[in-house]
Amino acid sequence: MSNNVNSLLKVSNLAVSFDTVEGSINAVQGIDFELNKGQTLAIIGESGSGKSVTASVIMGILSCPPGRIKSGEIFLNKQDILKLSEIDRRKLMGNKIAIIFQDTLSHLNPVFTVGAQIAECFEVHKNYTKKESWDKAVKLLDRVKIPNPYKRAKDYPHQFSGGQRQRVMIAMALALEPDIIIADEPTTALDVTIQAKILELLAELRDERNMGLILITHDLGIAAEVADKVIVLKNGKIVEKGTLKEVFIKPKHKYTKELMNSIPGKFNQRYKRSDNIDTNPILEIKNISKSYDTLACDNINFNLFRDEIIGIVGESGSGKTTISNLILRLIEPSSGCILYHGRNIFDFDKKELFNFRRKVQIVFQDPYASLNPTMNVFDIISEPWIIHNDFLHKKLHQARISELLTSVGLKPSDSKKYPHEFSGGQRQRIAIARALALNPEIIICDEAVSALDVSIQAQIIKLLKDLRKQFSLSYLFIAHDLPVVKDLADRVIVMKSGEILEEGNVEKVFNKPVNPYTIDLLKSSPSIEKLLSN
Amino acid sequence: MRKYLSKRILSSLLAITGLFVMVFFLARLTGDPGHLYLPIDAPVEVRKEFSEKHGFNDPIYIQFGRFLEDLSEGDLGYSLRKERPAIDIVLEAIPVTLSLAAVAMTIALIGAILIGSLAAYKPNGLFDRISRVVSLTAASAPDFWIAITAILIFSVSLGWLPTSGIGGLPYWIMPIGILVIRPLGLLVQVVRGSMITTLSSDFVKTARAKGVKEKKVIFKHALRNGLLPVITVAGDQAAAIANGAVIVETIFGWPGIGKLMIDSIMQRDFAVVQASILVTAIVILSINIIIDITYAILDPRIRHK
Repeated sequence: MSNNVNSLLKVSNLAVSFDTVEGSINAVQGIDFELNKGQTLAIIGESGSGKSVTASVIMGILSCPPGRIKSGEIFLNKQDILKLSEIDRRKLMGNKIAIIFQDTLSHLNPVFTVGAQIAECFEVHKNYTKKESWDKAVKLLDRVKIPNPYKRAKDYPHQFSGGQRQRVMIAMALALEPDIIIADEPTTALDVTIQAKILELLAELRDERNMGLILITHDLGIAAEVADKVIVLKNGKIVEKGTLKEVFIKPKHKYTKELMNSIPGKFNQRYKRSDNIDTNPILEIKNISKSYDTLACDNINFNLFRDEIIGIVGESGSGKTTISNLILRLIEPSSGCILYHGRNIFDFDKKELFNFRRKVQIVFQDPYASLNPTMNVFDIISEPWIIHNDFLHKKLHQARISELLTSVGLKPSDSKKYPHEFSGGQRQRIAIARALALNPEIIICDEAVSALDVSIQAQIIKLLKDLRKQFSLSYLFIAHDLPVVKDLADRVIVMKSGEILEEGNVEKVFNKPVNPYTIDLLKSSPSIEKLLSN
Repeated sequence: MRKYLSKRILSSLLAITGLFVMVFFLARLTGDPGHLYLPIDAPVEVRKEFSEKHGFNDPIYIQFGRFLEDLSEGDLGYSLRKERPAIDIVLEAIPVTLSLAAVAMTIALIGAILIGSLAAYKPNGLFDRISRVVSLTAASAPDFWIAITAILIFSVSLGWLPTSGIGGLPYWIMPIGILVIRPLGLLVQVVRGSMITTLSSDFVKTARAKGVKEKKVIFKHALRNGLLPVITVAGDQAAAIANGAVIVETIFGWPGIGKLMIDSIMQRDFAVVQASILVTAIVILSINIIIDITYAILDPRIRHK
């Protein structure tokens, strides 16, 4: 036990395994770390690194079985909490240690009001009356800056926005003023400006109450913004730990260096598209508006040229996806037109539309949901050829699939496998191969790298760049993640509430933004640049 | 919510109308009631007179028109056999069936929630395995066989319970017991499945992280979410009993709607058949509306749609 008077939590030699049908999997393999009062420790790692398992063990919510704590000690106030009885352990949960989860819609009980869910903390741990607990809950909602808390406490989780739900979650964690808050990817699903506010709130509350904060994240930018100390996890082992600057500026381990290199937004290796190959745009979006109950996009104008990448940036509800649906002609516009080589796609007859669809393909965000689990890779990639049956003779399918798989960095032998046999990054490669199958001119990438880990993200971005060079493709790259766009796009369009607020060359938009919203967006986007420039 | 409900009631009324038209014509396809009503050796003149008197000779559309006319005055016709208004006979029988259904479903539902939740708490544990075998057996056991065996054991051999009839508590035990078995078995399985899913959901993890006791995690946080699919199945089962617990009513001599319906079909007592179908249809549609309301009470997301 250390003599550090500020020490809150000390984890030593923690090892956790999961018993599965195929044998035991070691998720966490002997990790040690210490957390002090008023300090933020970031646990960084990609999916499967064991960071969330570590959090569940500290919190006491690891499901056993299948989980099993093989060894280790976790000291909280000089007491090994792993040795406590179930009843004593429960007294700590939510009381001394609290947790904030990522997906707030699924982590809040849909059938109880948020007020009741926060008040429950007091009912569980203190002998407060219902009324007292409720009043405290309302106060907490006010503290996390939910407007009109008295009224909102009676609302249900689905009636809040994502950012507000995360605030509710934070209020719940704060209720009993715990010593430690574990934040497990607390802002992953949120827009950047909201993310910035949530992170700010967490830091503010940590300082106010001198709490220890464990921030679990795969986003290095977030860690760079808020952490004091960092540990980097890979395959259940700590590969590097130290202060923020030590780890980020002078990483020692090969994996950490690789991670740091994967961070998007460094402006390196930009590919200059050759000017004047084709001065006529492939696609002209002209005065396009689309309204449902509200205006989803309003008088949008831009052109897309051959061999060009346009990044469309905006937060949820900005109209990015509406534009992609309009270009694919999945929906009809309320007014305006889209010209493809000078002809309005909304005037196309059935046959013309069929031919047009060949030329515009899409890669979706979630590679787990966008590939049919019952089809193997061969069927997935060859399906477009079955629909467009004059495109490629059946005898040539196998050869072409081998080519396509090779060009997206997979093996020809992978064509017999099913989607579940691949990792997220590999699945996205399959989705890209499918998009390439019909030799398209335009590929729309709708948040195509958002769900991927940074190192995988970097690989996919590189692949997209290579493919563009090879096939002179044009991309419409829709993203909420600014650094990725900065790496990939030639031109950037910034959208908000269905309108284009700013448009221009990527250098100009990122370095000399004009619109206040763009400036705010760039400021909110977590990045390691500020850390590096200090 | 109010708008939704009125829409639901309106569409139910439409369904009842459709059903009614169908029943009217289908019943008349079964033949002339005179054949069954009159003695086998009744002379042709008597038969003619009987048909004439009751209008069975008229073309079917005229009969239908007359039927609609009577209906608009609230007259559901006259029982040929009992010589009383059909609706009176039906309204005497329906409470018997409804009370059977209500008691049986309450017991089945409470039992299923307890057993199913506990089984779901430790899937593949000892309790779960036992309850799975027992509930599967219960859900697939033929009720007529159980009823007869039960009478044999409890009434004939042991003499503890009356064989049939209605009266005090002892008269209720066997019919209710037998009506409970199938819905209980089925519901245990539904509750178990639904609760296993709910107990592994994220908000249960949140509740545990707050330090909520396991009993409350199961019966407060998980159960209310897990009940939604259970309500649907329970509603179907309740409707099935209300639709006539024919076998139980016949075996135990309970004068319920199921028995009445079978008897009046056998006797081609059209007016009673029609009236019983109308009343049961109203009961079943009401059960469905109650299910919808329960859904909305349990889940605010439905309420706010």
